[in-house]
Amino acid sequence: MARIGVVVFPGSNCEYDAAAGVTRLGDQAEFVWHTRTDLDGIDGVILPGGFAHGDYLRPGALARFSPVMGAVERFAATGGPVLGICNGFQVLVEAGMLPGALQKNRGLTFLCQPTTLVVSSTSSVLTRGATIGQELVVPINHFSGSYTCDDETHDELVRNGQIVLRYKDNPNGSRDDIAGVANNSGNVVGLMPHPERAMSTLLGSADGMVLLESFLGVKVAPFVLAH
Amino acid sequence: MNYFVVVDVTLRKGIADPEGSTIERALPALGFTGVTNVHAGKSFRFDVEAESEEAALEKATSLAERLLSNPVIEDALARIGER
Repeated sequence: MARIGVVVFPGSNCEYDAAAGVTRLGDQAEFVWHTRTDLDGIDGVILPGGFAHGDYLRPGALARFSPVMGAVERFAATGGPVLGICNGFQVLVEAGMLPGALQKNRGLTFLCQPTTLVVSSTSSVLTRGATIGQELVVPINHFSGSYTCDDETHDELVRNGQIVLRYKDNPNGSRDDIAGVANNSGNVVGLMPHPERAMSTLLGSADGMVLLESFLGVKVAPFVLAH
Repeated sequence: MNYFVVVDVTLRKGIADPEGSTIERALPALGFTGVTNVHAGKSFRFDVEAESEEAALEKATSLAERLLSNPVIEDALARIGER
């Protein structure tokens, strides 16, 4: 059984959903308060959605300086799987652990709706259990989710298969329909949609399970980058 | 010495500015014509204890690049302001 640390910042609000997703798939979730400086015994880290530190300045701008982020960076540097969902994705780009940035949505509206995602790379801990071209219905819930990066970064992302998920119908103006990206090693992934909220057909979709199962499966079969 | 510093944070050239363009589109409806190139940004102001203006600006620039702006999409410019 994998032990997954779910980081809780002041203002996080999806930590229970993330933990429920983890336990539903048979693994153990443990809340990690943002002042903690070690991740001893943790097999994977999830940075959940919400409004860490009130999203003041920019989403993720203050959270990246929380004490726990040093531990998360060290954990990722040793190949540990790290997943940032929504606000967690914003924290990872602000921390420089993932390339690019997330801007206000194109239409300047908060978006809360189901989206159809298309898997575009399986070279990541989040998508390795999926198939390329697979469509997944997963909800979004954000104001600053428009992914942006310069041309050079974009070329690199495409070349390395770091764009892991794209929107089928771009809701927020993201460059190249990007919904989720991975780092070059594939062990750090961020996405704006919420797979932890797509865990039951009764609640609209269970397609998020494919993604969380991939992420949790890392403990069972260590992730080795394919490309 | 205490220096009053103003830092302007603006989106880098080529980065979409939906806030600026929405404001620009709203202006004609209010009767303001001939206003173009509207850009939205942030302004920060604070006091910096330093030996000289240069030292104050250097400190302000450094903290602006580290925290106040996201260098991936934003530029930060520090200047000595007037109260």
